[in-house]
Amino acid sequence: MSKKRVVMDSEGIERSLTRISYEILEKNKGVEDLVIIGIQKGGVVLAERIRDKISGIENTKVPIGKLDITLYRDDLLTSSRKPRMGKTDIPFSLDNKKVVLVDDVLFTGRTIRAAMDALIDFGRPRLIQLAVLIDRGHRELPIRADFVGKNLPSSLWEKVNVNVTSEKARDEVVILENT
Amino acid sequence: MKLARKDILGIRDLTVEEINLILDTAESFIEVSTREIKKVPTLRGVTVMNLFYEPSTRTRTSFEIAAKRLSADTINISTTTSSVVKGETFVDTAKNLEAMNPDIIVLRHSAAGAPHMLSRVVRQRVINAGDGAHEHPTQALLDMMTIREKKKRIAGLRVAIVGDIAHSRVARSNIYGLTKMGAKVAVAGPSTMMPRFVDRLGVEAHHCVNDAIRDADIIMMLRIQTERQDMSVFPSLREYANLFGLNRRRVALARQDVIIMHPGPMNRGVEISPDVADGPYSVILDQVTNGVAVRMALLYLLSGGN
Repeated sequence: MSKKRVVMDSEGIERSLTRISYEILEKNKGVEDLVIIGIQKGGVVLAERIRDKISGIENTKVPIGKLDITLYRDDLLTSSRKPRMGKTDIPFSLDNKKVVLVDDVLFTGRTIRAAMDALIDFGRPRLIQLAVLIDRGHRELPIRADFVGKNLPSSLWEKVNVNVTSEKARDEVVILENT
Repeated sequence: MKLARKDILGIRDLTVEEINLILDTAESFIEVSTREIKKVPTLRGVTVMNLFYEPSTRTRTSFEIAAKRLSADTINISTTTSSVVKGETFVDTAKNLEAMNPDIIVLRHSAAGAPHMLSRVVRQRVINAGDGAHEHPTQALLDMMTIREKKKRIAGLRVAIVGDIAHSRVARSNIYGLTKMGAKVAVAGPSTMMPRFVDRLGVEAHHCVNDAIRDADIIMMLRIQTERQDMSVFPSLREYANLFGLNRRRVALARQDVIIMHPGPMNRGVEISPDVADGPYSVILDQVTNGVAVRMALLYLLSGGN
């Protein structure tokens, strides 16, 4: 059995996403050339939330896409775990765009490495920034986030889950500990 | 999810879950072929050998493109230009190829069971690209993918398969797959082209093509193997075209939203009339597009997770 500890509730998540949205606008001085891309699966819903907030603040629609990084993983041929592939859908050109990548948890950094490789296969963005809801440390690659919801020091044997669905009131971030 | 098997030898031994996994994965691969840069690094360092003992354009090209889009290295061996013409046995050829250490061998052979034998003599993974009149699993998978794409489901649909059922590996693989997935399959063809005990395959058998086609959601026409004509399986191509060919009048017997499939290569004017082949309900070229995605999915699912 694993023990569950809630570290962020739905209101906390909402506030963090609001702050991140303002920070994205501040850092990029508006929405010009801005596109948002969520990483499957956890990042997609968060990307939609951030897009909606930014669109509301600036009164324009910011393009949004989703990216599945399975084909770019560095452990496909060695890992016994085979994730079910999700869909990639980026219905616009990335050339000269400011791309904000969105994911739920930043951990080893390998997902982000894969995501950047995938993005570059789609075009040449002017820049790529990273927004995550949780940064739990333990990086294995020289990667850092530009926008962080919460820094959450964690142990390697713990699992951090972000449960965010269309049902906002039940959103939460939990730590699962094997006992 | 993981495909827990070494080889893909036939549809007969795949489970419904495995078929769904392959089709879902293939659906995700469609997108890669529409990119500006049609390549992902997934299978870098993987070597795929296409060993073809029978002529083929579509299947071999499709496997080669699938492998290349995943960054695998491909080698094509067609036996007309290989040591087979010098008299080397199948097993010796296989052992020599094994010694060069490829990862996956794709085999087409005129003898039923050749891929099964290959999988026993080499340690590599084997994909059956058609063995004699036995099975053609990747064709059936791409057909099921196309049906699912157009009809959003397979279960409950009525599928008519028309032509040389006895000698067709496409028909056999599709019958295994479609019945497993819950479709109702009706077959039609001249008695000389019906396998013995055909009803044991769980299909309705008809000698009148109209009975099979009536109310069908899908009509699958098989290629008439004109090279067999001297075996007096049927009297003349003209008679066959009249009695079993698909024309607009016969299509009208099927459901209004029927889709028409053909594994290729087509004999226009024999088993299918040109206006039907190029008509609005024809999904023949979608089948070819989906073929690349299905083969990418198989190469991907068979690689890795050793």
